[in-house]
Amino acid sequence: MLDNLNLLVIAPYLGVQLLLDGIFIGAIFALAAYGLALVWGVMNVKNLSQGEFVIMGGYFAWYMSTYGIHPMYALPVAVIGMFGFGWVVYKTIISRVVEKDMFTSLLATFGLAIVIQQGLNLAFGPEVQVAESGFPTHTIPIWGGEITVAAIRFYSFLICCVLAGGVVAFMKKSRMGQAIRATSQDVRAAKVMGIDTEKVFAFTYALNAAICGAAGVLISMIWVIQPFYGITHSIRSFVIVTAAGFGNLAGVLMASLGLGVVEQYGGFILGAELQQATVVGMLLLVLIWRQVQMNRVRQAVQ
Amino acid sequence: MTAVTDDNATEAGTGRRRLMSRNDSFIFAGLVLFGILGPILFPNYTFQIAVLWLMVLFALTWDIMGGQMGYNSLGNIFFFGAGMYICAVVQVGLFTDVGAYTSVSGQGDFRFTPDQYYIGVAVGLVAAAIGSSLLAVALGWIVFGLRGPYFAIGTLGMALAAGELVGAWGWVGGGSGIPMPVYPGSGDGKSYFFYVLCFVAAIATFMFLKWLYSTRFGLAINAIRDDEDKAQAMGIHTLRHKTVAWAVSAFFLGIAGGLFGNMTGFIEPLEVAFPTVTFGIFMVAMALLGGKGTIWGPVLGAILFHFVKEATWTYFLGWQWVTLGAIIILNIIYFQQGIVGWLQEKYPGWFGIEVDARAPAKAPSKGPAQ
Amino acid sequence: MSKLIEVSNVSKAFGGVIANNDISISVPEGKITGLIGPNGSGKTTLFNSIVGYHLIDSGSIKFKGAEISKKKVQQIARLGMLRTFQQTRIYSLMNCVDNMLISVPHRNAAFFDMFKPYPAELLEKAEDLLEFVGLYEKRKLRAGDLSFGQQKLLEFAMALMNEPEVLLLDEPTAGINPTLINGLIDRLKRANTEFGITLFVIEHNMRVIMNMADTIYCLAHGELLAEGAPSEIQNDQRVIDAYLGAH
Repeated sequence: MLDNLNLLVIAPYLGVQLLLDGIFIGAIFALAAYGLALVWGVMNVKNLSQGEFVIMGGYFAWYMSTYGIHPMYALPVAVIGMFGFGWVVYKTIISRVVEKDMFTSLLATFGLAIVIQQGLNLAFGPEVQVAESGFPTHTIPIWGGEITVAAIRFYSFLICCVLAGGVVAFMKKSRMGQAIRATSQDVRAAKVMGIDTEKVFAFTYALNAAICGAAGVLISMIWVIQPFYGITHSIRSFVIVTAAGFGNLAGVLMASLGLGVVEQYGGFILGAELQQATVVGMLLLVLIWRQVQMNRVRQAVQ
Repeated sequence: MTAVTDDNATEAGTGRRRLMSRNDSFIFAGLVLFGILGPILFPNYTFQIAVLWLMVLFALTWDIMGGQMGYNSLGNIFFFGAGMYICAVVQVGLFTDVGAYTSVSGQGDFRFTPDQYYIGVAVGLVAAAIGSSLLAVALGWIVFGLRGPYFAIGTLGMALAAGELVGAWGWVGGGSGIPMPVYPGSGDGKSYFFYVLCFVAAIATFMFLKWLYSTRFGLAINAIRDDEDKAQAMGIHTLRHKTVAWAVSAFFLGIAGGLFGNMTGFIEPLEVAFPTVTFGIFMVAMALLGGKGTIWGPVLGAILFHFVKEATWTYFLGWQWVTLGAIIILNIIYFQQGIVGWLQEKYPGWFGIEVDARAPAKAPSKGPAQ
Repeated sequence: MSKLIEVSNVSKAFGGVIANNDISISVPEGKITGLIGPNGSGKTTLFNSIVGYHLIDSGSIKFKGAEISKKKVQQIARLGMLRTFQQTRIYSLMNCVDNMLISVPHRNAAFFDMFKPYPAELLEKAEDLLEFVGLYEKRKLRAGDLSFGQQKLLEFAMALMNEPEVLLLDEPTAGINPTLINGLIDRLKRANTEFGITLFVIEHNMRVIMNMADTIYCLAHGELLAEGAPSEIQNDQRVIDAYLGAH
């Protein structure tokens, strides 16, 4: 561990590499986290199957790549497919728990997470998969060393920005987006004003699944996917939303990039086997920090 | 004013005057009888029935927090794993160097004598119980400012983190785990030995909780469940009660962990000690299936769940985990109050609950809205 | 006549909204003190500040001469100052008797007291108090199944069970059937005279508060507008203006 720290000091370009990787990864985290914030804020559902949606999206890309189709083309497929999947999940499960207390939705989505994990495991096996994009990797000399930037990481970053921009524009401009925002402020008032909140909920949940699906496609190209990796993605989303609060896009973005960077550094310094532990550790830290913050105004974190 | 001469009124009035009603005693006696006869009648299933008792213990201890106090933990499995590792380290550490033992996966020259084995198990279980409770007290300071979803996620994170950290901790064997000391006797002897311990642990848990819920403590944690802000405003020592509730859970879960580690003979962090998505979620599912917030619900839920699981598991051919998830979802959506909760709604008289005859009771199963 | 609660120069703002500005009031021991004011005038904020629900920005709050403005809700409750909630709060899944039993005073509770059973006297006391508020017949019902008015009475009985020295009541008659209000006023007065509990009452119903209180404070826009005996308050032009919105 100290060796690795020492390495960072001797070779500062490694730090730049980690920072860049963290930002590239963090941008994708932001997508899933924004989806969670959306669902949480609008319908008060804490979706513990968030990470599984991401992984599902990833399998779209990987599966298509096994047929020789470039995984980039999986993006629209995954978005549409996951949107449909999210809609079905809403109609069959979420609509029945949305009015109940929070633990119900948490546990129902945890159950769903188990079903998805195991379903993917049965369908595709437990191996770790990568959807090869085949894009080149560039090396950039810097500070006596060189950092590598895979073109795909850069493209995925751009895609994240475009997607995020698209979602924001959608929320601002479209009728459905406005209805979603109204519902998130006050469900009852929205209902009284003639908004079909049931439809808004279904759409929000499906939109969340679609965003996660897109994130998954990107993850599968620049990182790895595996049926049981979903829970870490779920935890990441919770860390980000807890740190940033929902309805705060800039906060979500900052927290996501921050988490991505911290995770890269954590994985490098503590060793790759503790990269997951870094994520969970961040969760506990953020929760403790929130408690201290709330304690100052004498409130519990709820 | 009514003097309290009507004994029955006091009974039903609080439901807490007497430790056990007659019906309860019958069911309890039946359960104990099954516990004693089970391994004699079905010797091939001794291990399975022993695990059944651990399941009962899991559900009961989860329910202290989740059902009676309204703090839904997804990470109680943490104490199971902590107890398992504490027990193992004590069992090994009493007689030899732990680091040296784990570095060769117990394949070194060191062998435990029978005396060393039994002393190790006894001291290890006590240490596991106490150690886990102390961990609960310490962690309580960290997580008890969290409520609702944050508490559930926070505890889940705690259990996941524990698995990862132990996996990276070389002294306790890291990811490759610790082989437990070998039982000095026959395989049958081992399964009976641990069967008895599991059975006693489950019964002790039940009796202890039955007593605990009859004291002021029981009402206080119910009050925290119904409205914690109100409980604070009334001056109840909420943190004190929450800490004790968790420490009690951890105490028995620690013992369960120590026992299970010895029964399987080999422990490692992810699958055996901190299995968050199997045992960790089973305890929640069992308590919910039976009816959370009742004393019999978790027992019933655990027995039913374990029987159905063991009987059908092999027929699902790989789909068993998918089925498990589906069962949890169905349970949550359609049968949230659980079996005993449903019975309470339907026949409140059986449970000494009175309902206003004029106004049919509103569904009371929902619990406090969050 | 000693001052049980002494609030001096208390200010509290939420973001930019000043909810309480430089408020000074005192609640004399053994009396009934009223707190009135139009909606949004900062009455409940003042209550919350006194019982420690949130910290105050400046000023001091003393209870029996000791500073309590930094203490927490539970600590203050254990000192003998209790409040009821505007939105009634009871333990809805527990029956009335259990609601009463759990409300016994916790001020001297030692750690191991939590493992004791309840003695018969406490049960008797709980039932007596339920009788006092007229809920004896309903004592075995789940508190959540009671009507709103009954829940309010239960909350009041629970507060009495706690044997506080001072009880802060946030709109005790709101939502109660008008025909029952007289009975409630009577019980509040008896709690004051028979149990010796000092009362500090927020109330919107002028008839109730004028009938009950010895002294009344009136807040408007977060500031203390007037104080005095009910008859003085009733005829105070500033109070009338505040209520009619003439400003």
